Amino acid sequence: MTAPAAIPVVQRGSLALTLRRLGRDPAIIAALVFIVLVVIFALSAPWISALTGHSAIEQYRDTGLSEMGLPVAPNAEFLFGTDHLGRDVLVRLAYGAQVSLTVGVLAAVVAALIGITVGMVAGYFGGWVDTVLSRAMDLVMSVPFLLCALALVSVFGPSLSLSIGVIVFFSWTTMGRVIRGQVMSLRRQEFVEASRSLGAGPLSIMFIDILPNLSVPIIVYTTMMIPGSIVFEATLSFLGMGIVPPAPSWGGMLADAAGNSLYLVAAWLVLIPGLALLFTTLAFNILGDGLRDALDPRGRPVRKAAKGKAR
Amino acid sequence: MAVLEARHLSVDIPTEDGVIHAVRDVSFALEAGELFGIAGESGSGKSVLTQAILGLLPNAIVSGEVLFEGRNLLGLKPAELQSIRGSRIGMIFQDPMSSLHPYYTVGSQITEMIHAHEKVEKPVARRRAVDLLARVGIAEADRRFDSFPHQFSGGMRQRVMIAMALVLNPPLVIADEPTTALDVTVQAQIVALLDEMRRELGTTVVMITHDLGLLSSIADHVMVMYAGRRMELGPSAPLFAAPAHPYTAGLLASSPANYEAGAELVPIPGRPPSLLETPAGCVFAPRCASALPRCTSEAPPLRVFSDGLQSLCWLEGPPADAAASVAAVAKAPAADETVVKAEGVRLTYGAGSLFNPGAGFEVLKGIDLELRRGETLGLVGESGCGKSTFARVLAGLIPMTSGKVALLGRDLGSLDPRAWQAMRREVQLVFQNPFGALNPRRRVGAIIGDPFRIHGLAAGAERKREVQRLMELVGLNPEHYNRFPSEFSGGQRQRIGIARALALNPALIIYDEPVSALDVSIQAQVLNLMRSLQRDLDLTYLFISHDLAVVRHVCDRIAVMQAGQIVELADAETLYRTPQHPYTQTLLAASVATPPRHPAAGRTLVASHVPEAA
Repeated sequence: MTAPAAIPVVQRGSLALTLRRLGRDPAIIAALVFIVLVVIFALSAPWISALTGHSAIEQYRDTGLSEMGLPVAPNAEFLFGTDHLGRDVLVRLAYGAQVSLTVGVLAAVVAALIGITVGMVAGYFGGWVDTVLSRAMDLVMSVPFLLCALALVSVFGPSLSLSIGVIVFFSWTTMGRVIRGQVMSLRRQEFVEASRSLGAGPLSIMFIDILPNLSVPIIVYTTMMIPGSIVFEATLSFLGMGIVPPAPSWGGMLADAAGNSLYLVAAWLVLIPGLALLFTTLAFNILGDGLRDALDPRGRPVRKAAKGKAR
Repeated sequence: MAVLEARHLSVDIPTEDGVIHAVRDVSFALEAGELFGIAGESGSGKSVLTQAILGLLPNAIVSGEVLFEGRNLLGLKPAELQSIRGSRIGMIFQDPMSSLHPYYTVGSQITEMIHAHEKVEKPVARRRAVDLLARVGIAEADRRFDSFPHQFSGGMRQRVMIAMALVLNPPLVIADEPTTALDVTVQAQIVALLDEMRRELGTTVVMITHDLGLLSSIADHVMVMYAGRRMELGPSAPLFAAPAHPYTAGLLASSPANYEAGAELVPIPGRPPSLLETPAGCVFAPRCASALPRCTSEAPPLRVFSDGLQSLCWLEGPPADAAASVAAVAKAPAADETVVKAEGVRLTYGAGSLFNPGAGFEVLKGIDLELRRGETLGLVGESGCGKSTFARVLAGLIPMTSGKVALLGRDLGSLDPRAWQAMRREVQLVFQNPFGALNPRRRVGAIIGDPFRIHGLAAGAERKREVQRLMELVGLNPEHYNRFPSEFSGGQRQRIGIARALALNPALIIYDEPVSALDVSIQAQVLNLMRSLQRDLDLTYLFISHDLAVVRHVCDRIAVMQAGQIVELADAETLYRTPQHPYTQTLLAASVATPPRHPAAGRTLVASHVPEAA
């Protein structure tokens, strides 16, 4: 029983509410734990290398290859086995994780920044500005990305920065469209009108009034773009257009396994990098979905009806 | 025999913040053929109550008993409830725009109701639907049967909704705020139609509304709810003439229609309680003017009076009539200085198209208006008449097509952008929707400080001091400087909006329906604040509203607008007593006020049930 004095409803802060909602779903917790483990795994690549005494590119022909010259299966010395050149798969996986995460996060963030800028400008100004930018987005979306990527790589030669550039170029449009739509509805809100009537300029309205209201889609879509970029990088590396061998990357490792049908005798060469790729992208996707539900509970009508009454 | 009887009905809704006790121990009974009104402010549980009865709240915990045609509705299976909904109990919802399916014709949506519950041939169903459409006042019903909802106006759609609710001739119809989304003149027609249909068909009607004036004109019995509890129940006439519960009395005293123009309103102080809490005493005690010491600690008894009123209160006699003791406050007459002068303002949308010049839609058709310093000018009209558009033209948010607006003697059309920017601070807007007008992601201090930031005035500690002074001025706690808008109630948000408008000491403040989204008791608080600010700071107001009672209360002069033109402009009282234009007369006739209060003669306390200690 509380005292009848007019005590305001104690509302949980939005951060606390979000964490509570996130914590309710075991799949999201599992995804988060997995992502943290992958990050730790990637960061500790040098220590793994030191512990095992193996480098990522050195070939251990004496112990890492059988007498027939085939890779050895996982054993005490090589926990995840070796590849066709007798290199340690565990160490290569760890260094490959560094590449995947760097490319994934960096490309997603850069693409998000471009998408936010273009989307905000298109959505806020409308008119011909919107027409030009929207058509540009349509144009980028209709370019066959793999063909274009291969052409670029064959002209400039494969490199990490080119991979990131290509991924960014083909993935900012998603964010751009989402932000444009949001801004178009936000700029008709009365609080924007209030700012305009006070004499605020377009920059002030865009950054101070509109941008903070975009935080939810920005967080969610950036998170969802990370797995896309990771897969994109793996695809490029698989085709030999991404990371330059012998530097390890998950896509490159898969390509090595596929070459010469080696996976028929050494299944771990496909399974280990393949499952790492699968679970990493899955974890980021689950996290993105979970963040969307937790930050923006509008998709769940039952809870919304109940929340409305609490106010 | 009662058509519907609820006994000790309680509804609890579990949420993330805890269990909301939306309805607490509510009992009532409906006599056949009556119109039963449920009144209350938002959050009082009046809609939740009926939704729970119909089984429309899947995740709520409903306890008690609801007897309908000899069966307890709460014990029925979903399928049984479904067959009762529509055929035995009709529903009319608030928003006729969204309760009709946009992709089906109006007629097919009505016949679908018939086919869902009865086995009839298609032509028979069609004939029945057409008959009913004609009876609810749809002209050329046979032809309009095949129209789509978007081809109907709001009032026509609500007529269709009524036809849908009545097509299976149910003994009971529940109407949840059936006229809230409609204009006053349409509202009067719809209410008259509802009344006529129930007399003709003998239908029992439950009408949920926040509008006491409306209920007083048609309801037979009225139940007043507050924070999920039944505060007062009884026949309409004594309940409105001499309410037994202080909350009902407070609601009536909050309505500007019950005052002489210009009087200070007596609002109910404070704000509704959280439904998460379960106070030991009376829920209304913290806001009650007649509260006794025991009210906060002991649950109130049910008092039954000789004229049929039942009140959940410790008071044994009627509460004092707060409105009676208030005299009009004299206001300084407006100065002779002109603040704004609009001449021949026109606005056309879509004009100047290359292929079809001159085929635009004319929103404003030449408006002349003059505001003098210190006065309040009311701008009244129904939705779509262009009153909000005109406000935005004055505020410089929408460029006008032709005409002239002079602010403080300077023609806005001749200003260069820099001077225009400086002029912006002279006209400020306060918006209707207290939820949309404040940026949800910014702190209140930053929102009220925006005018200073944008015009490069008062920075740092000085700005904070200014903001806190403004917050104090509008009756907000300055310590709440760092809160977000969502932590404030609707009335408080409107105060924030007013504080922001006041910041730069503008020559003109435009209020665009400032109180129409607020509950009556909160509305009175905000209206009082606006009046006292005007008195103290010598402000000039343009007050836009559809509510004539409110406009009459706050305004010195009233301009009536219809279809982009001002059809009548006169002093408030003159306009009220001797309206000239037929449109003004229609508007005035359509607005209903509660009947005047008079002391309850011969009312005696018959019984009183003290609740057992829970």
